[in-house]
Amino acid sequence: MPYATQLSLQEATGPAMEEVVFLHDHVLLLTFLMSLVILLFATTAITATVTHNDPTEEVEQLEAAWTAAPIMILILTALPSVRSLYLMEEVFDPYVTIKATGHQWYWNYEYTDGTNVSFDSYMIQTQDLPNSAPRLLEVDHRMVMPANLQTRIVVTAEDVLHSWAIPSLGIKVDAVPGRLNQLPLATSRTGVFFGQCSEICGANHSFMPIVVEAVPLNYFEQWLTTEQ
Amino acid sequence: MQSVSAATQDSSKKRRVGHFTAPFDARFPFTNQTRNCYQNYLDYYRCLKIMKEKGKDVQKCEWYHKVFKSLCPTSWINQWDEQRKQGIFPGKI
Repeated sequence: MPYATQLSLQEATGPAMEEVVFLHDHVLLLTFLMSLVILLFATTAITATVTHNDPTEEVEQLEAAWTAAPIMILILTALPSVRSLYLMEEVFDPYVTIKATGHQWYWNYEYTDGTNVSFDSYMIQTQDLPNSAPRLLEVDHRMVMPANLQTRIVVTAEDVLHSWAIPSLGIKVDAVPGRLNQLPLATSRTGVFFGQCSEICGANHSFMPIVVEAVPLNYFEQWLTTEQ
Repeated sequence: MQSVSAATQDSSKKRRVGHFTAPFDARFPFTNQTRNCYQNYLDYYRCLKIMKEKGKDVQKCEWYHKVFKSLCPTSWINQWDEQRKQGIFPGKI
């Protein structure tokens, strides 16, 4: 989860976020290299003594270079980007399907694979917070999912646009009324992960957080049985 | 780094007997699963109708039921059930 004065991305806790971190680092490296080359050229141009100044001079080689270099940079950025994009969107063989429905202003979760579990998830008000719980982020009923397994999250909304997002899992899905959006959800460890509604949805948009609790499979099965 | 496909392999191995969730469907490979849910709802009731007409076992239709129950929000299913009852369901069953 995020901490005060944090500068970079949150720690990756699932394969999707690992892809995001990889792409971020890759693009940042390219940006550093480009900045370095530009700095070098700029320094040379500023400090060099002008020996000749003929605007009609042919500079084919230079033109070829400044066309080819951006093409290479774009290819080096686009290919890993597309790879990550497709990996993050593909739902292969999920263990369980969880449905998240956005309402003004809470989330509803449903587990209907042979079970009939459904509950609303409201933010806990600051005065009611248990000790050490994060303010404006904790909910009364967390979404529970199995850790280390691929889960399918199907997101929709009942009233207006919402967006279901967990930054440390690298997931953000728009919740659109009348439409079902699915994304794979997987964590590489157990834990509690926090997110917030990410599409402005009305007065209490900031007060409908998302909390995912990833637990070992046997605990998940147990939880599902007790919730029924 | 654990890849997405590695997590998937795990899920097949660990699935308990009798546990079901809607699998990948090549007709609906994208993020938008609205049609997947609706089509399986239609197919289930079409299947029921045809099987009953032919006097065959309706157990074979259960697949569609499981898939749409897995994907569709309960509020959608309830709404469509109500529309079917009143005879105003827009789909062709």
